[in-house]
Amino acid sequence: MDKIYAHPKSLRNIQTHYCPGCGHGIAHRIIAEIVDELGIRERVIAVAPVGCAVIAYDYWDFDCSEAAHGRALAVATAIKRVRPENIVFTYQGDGDLAAIGTNETIHAANRGENLTVVFINNAVYGMTGGQMAPTTLLNQKTATTVKGREAGIHGYPLKISEMLALLPGVKYIERVSLHSPQEIIKTKKAIKQAFSNQIEGIGFSLVEVLSPCPTYWGMQPKEALDWIKEVMVKKFPLGRIK
Amino acid sequence: MPKVTIDREKCKGCLLCVGVCPKKLISRDKSLNSKGHNPVKFQDKGECIGCALCAIICPDCCIEVYK
Repeated sequence: MDKIYAHPKSLRNIQTHYCPGCGHGIAHRIIAEIVDELGIRERVIAVAPVGCAVIAYDYWDFDCSEAAHGRALAVATAIKRVRPENIVFTYQGDGDLAAIGTNETIHAANRGENLTVVFINNAVYGMTGGQMAPTTLLNQKTATTVKGREAGIHGYPLKISEMLALLPGVKYIERVSLHSPQEIIKTKKAIKQAFSNQIEGIGFSLVEVLSPCPTYWGMQPKEALDWIKEVMVKKFPLGRIK
Repeated sequence: MPKVTIDREKCKGCLLCVGVCPKKLISRDKSLNSKGHNPVKFQDKGECIGCALCAIICPDCCIEVYK
């Protein structure tokens, strides 16, 4: 009897601190599988964000660095320029990449750094208690928008992937989701493409992953996946952006 | 015959695998694990087709599939 689905070697076999049904666990596993499949475990360097995934380095069994809040792409730029033979990627949430780190994100993309970015968009600040993020949808209730996000007071959801696609330094952007096994397979394909782009020297590649946060959306894990499918993908359409 | 193994100590009982199994072979276990979660259990009726959808959606990487 052959094992057809096994625990990836690049993922430590320990329990994560994530809430039940959190998308981070799926994203971590996908990345570990890709690192195994591409055979780059000895030369990959991850840059972890500040946010729920802040201790991702405890879960991945390859080299990782930590960055100050939002500065993952600045740290990754430095690592890649000093060690161009390494495969460097950042793993950032929406509060990290699209709020406090918008500056670093836009300029790293504009410089066309040969980096891979995995951008986890769950439309909320998870680690700090479910406050509104730039990507929070209109009418979505969070700890700081208790009656729902209003455009007149809080502005509109920030579509950072579409913004970055305008920059000539950006070579690949795709938005994917984790709401079903089929979409998870597509997510893996997109992230693998983003890693392959870096290996081939193509340039800045970003994959935005719509990911569930059942705890701060106030939903059961299954309901959270349905909410992505029925509500979130209408505002953040899936597919290749650039 | 394909089969699924579940690491019940790592399982947090999110039940996402229960919803995707086309043969409905995975269900919630009434007994708790040491972390206080109700994990899932695999009941082998010889019907598993080894599609691995449960393993693909598991956020805690506690499912392995054999075929």
